[in-house]
Amino acid sequence: MSLEVVVAAALFVGVIAYAVLGGADFGSGFFDLTAGSARRGAEVRTLVDHSIGPVWEANHVWLIYVLVIWWTAFPESFAAAMTTLVLPLLLALLGIVLRGASFAFRKYSETLGQARLFGAIFATSSIITPFFFGTIAGAIASGRVPAEGRGDLWSSWLGPTPLFGGVIAVGTCAFLAGTFLVADAARAGHDRLAEELRTRALAVGVVTGAVVFAALSPIHEDAPTLSDGLAGRAAPLVVLSAVAGAATLWLLWRRRHQVARLTAVAAVAAVVSGWGVGQYPWLLVDEVTIAEAAGATATLQALLVAVGLAGVVVLPPLAYLFRLTQTEAWSRD
Amino acid sequence: MRSVGDVTPDVVADALVQLVTTEPEGLLPARQQMALSLGWHIVIACFGVAFPAMIFVMHLRGIRRDDPVALGLAQRWAKASAVLFAIGAVSGTVLSFEMGLLWPGLMGTYGDVLGLPFAFEGLAFFIEAIFLGIYLYGWGRIPPKRHVLMVLPMAAMGIFGAYCVLAVNAWMNVPTGFRLVDGEVTDVQPWQVLFNSHAFLQFAHMWLAAYMVTGFAVAGVYAVGMLRGRRDEHHRLGFLVPFVFASVAAVAQPFMGHLLGAGLDERQPAKLAAFELATEEESPSPLRVGGVLVDGEVKGAIEVPFVGSILAMNSFDDPVPSLDDVPDEDEPPVNLTHWAFQTMVGIGSLLMAGVLWFWFQRRRGRDLLEKRWFLRAAAVAGPLAVVALEAGWVATEVGRQPWIVYGVMRTEEAAGSHSGLWWLLGATVVVYAGMTAGAVVVLRSMARRWRAGAVDLPSPYAPEVVAAAEGERR
Repeated sequence: MSLEVVVAAALFVGVIAYAVLGGADFGSGFFDLTAGSARRGAEVRTLVDHSIGPVWEANHVWLIYVLVIWWTAFPESFAAAMTTLVLPLLLALLGIVLRGASFAFRKYSETLGQARLFGAIFATSSIITPFFFGTIAGAIASGRVPAEGRGDLWSSWLGPTPLFGGVIAVGTCAFLAGTFLVADAARAGHDRLAEELRTRALAVGVVTGAVVFAALSPIHEDAPTLSDGLAGRAAPLVVLSAVAGAATLWLLWRRRHQVARLTAVAAVAAVVSGWGVGQYPWLLVDEVTIAEAAGATATLQALLVAVGLAGVVVLPPLAYLFRLTQTEAWSRD
Repeated sequence: MRSVGDVTPDVVADALVQLVTTEPEGLLPARQQMALSLGWHIVIACFGVAFPAMIFVMHLRGIRRDDPVALGLAQRWAKASAVLFAIGAVSGTVLSFEMGLLWPGLMGTYGDVLGLPFAFEGLAFFIEAIFLGIYLYGWGRIPPKRHVLMVLPMAAMGIFGAYCVLAVNAWMNVPTGFRLVDGEVTDVQPWQVLFNSHAFLQFAHMWLAAYMVTGFAVAGVYAVGMLRGRRDEHHRLGFLVPFVFASVAAVAQPFMGHLLGAGLDERQPAKLAAFELATEEESPSPLRVGGVLVDGEVKGAIEVPFVGSILAMNSFDDPVPSLDDVPDEDEPPVNLTHWAFQTMVGIGSLLMAGVLWFWFQRRRGRDLLEKRWFLRAAAVAGPLAVVALEAGWVATEVGRQPWIVYGVMRTEEAAGSHSGLWWLLGATVVVYAGMTAGAVVVLRSMARRWRAGAVDLPSPYAPEVVAAAEGERR
């Protein structure tokens, strides 16, 4: 593998991590939004606070990781995407700002009125953000970002692949969050809550699966390069994703909540990797390859040092944080 | 040089046409957008850099001396920092996006030159966010002696992250680590950018500023409490710990600023000329306090002979660089740069004098905390430090104009050509105003509930709270 491809792979690991970890945080907004009145939804909202509170900022940094590696390693393609996908990027950014701020504000709200306001902003922006990130992924994957940048502000992301990408991203995030919340509720001993969430997670999973199925033919028409890749090189990952997704539904159905988390993560990781492998060797599909987009060699090497260092100094504390949040002592209120 | 009489309608129209034709449409709104979002984030970022160290000292004191007051303060500060760090994380993300959205010319051309420090900054932010999660949610869940150590990585990474960001800014001031051959960037040396010669001094200046802003702001909260008659150990300790940090920083800062300025006459003579409002070469140069430049002439400045040469050039007669030697098209906006610089220096000197007076009196056995005038001054020290911080950034950034990368790329070459950036700026103003209001409302309500004796601050939608409220209604 060439140097550029290794760096692109490191970048894509960040995309996968953000999709899985950040995605689960965003997805919890769906359950928060649909939790019902203050009284009925109190348990769900408290569970959401508890589940994502300690981890959302760390999970959010994967986005920064992706942006920084992208602009450092592949600067011109970064500028091209940024000048073309201005609108979905800004809307996703708006969602990020509102989500993070209102989540923190809600937790320390004094009155129910304040908590309702911040909660509504938190939940809505948690749904908006993955939608627009999905459209951005779809726009790149369907060859809508020109190499020289400054593509059309609207048609670059208002097409079948980007829009389906957005909807699928929202559904996937919600499904992922659902499996995590069910497992968290069950572990904390809130059985009734776990049951309620389980039903909704199953519904979200079935709907998302149906959307993915419905999207196959339009995406095939709209993004030939991507669909060739998905049917070819990336086919094993697509199959793995389908199997893991179905297995998650089955495990949820059988109330094997702790295992269902793992298959859900596998399903999302597989489908995102499938996208990456499917569009290889393109960075901006049909426009710029990874090799063409690469910046200075010395910078790519230095970046790999930074990534290696991240593996050594970031992953162990991250694992410690996840382990802490998943143990009994933390499940108590 | 043009006198007022020359400014006929023709000249104005000419200038306007020039402005419109030479500046890309996206330049002015992009500048304002960057100034707003960076100016907002930098204040919150100060807390990210400096607050963990203060929390650590307080928490450690609580554990070591078994001091419930210190422990209580540390816990409250941790909760307040949860709110501040959240808005800091998202406003920092805004900047990452804006690098590409507003300055595609810079990122497309120099992304692989300036990117490595950002990669390390990302690494630092990662560790900070992880340990923030561990620390905040670890109260009562991790053994106390291990728990307090979880602040240390946050404190260290806040500092390292600040270094990395300042390395990029220092690179913009003193570009290095690449060569331009026929307009193409070649021979990129990213490590040279990360460890560029100017980075450390700029970082040190900003690091001290972060301790000043955070220290004075937090101490100010307790000064206000004491003014309202809440004179207990809680307020005394809550004032003193951050005030010690701020004092050390405030005393060191003028010297650090002076060190940072050394050699500016060679690095960026136009910036120094604007700082000093030096229109023509004078030996020795005076220090001009205040004053404005109108049509090439300085009006209303108080001139102190010799001092300009002494402060800026470390010499009794070396002239400071003058604007006469700078081509018109390479001149920064002089008045703004000059005033911003002097505002920073003025406030910095005032704060240094204030803390020196406090500790001098304390040595003589007089506690200024008993004096209402001192408490009032301490309460405004935080906002003043913020003004100085913003003024300093305006001075260095506006003073570098018209360059985004000094001597290499003009800001107009970096800007995009988007229409509609004014709408974006309007929306940003609304969102940031809302975020500011939200933070103020929530932080104040937290303080109010703490004063009323609450400890845990349960959310108002917690099941027990909701159930209790319903019970009351029946």
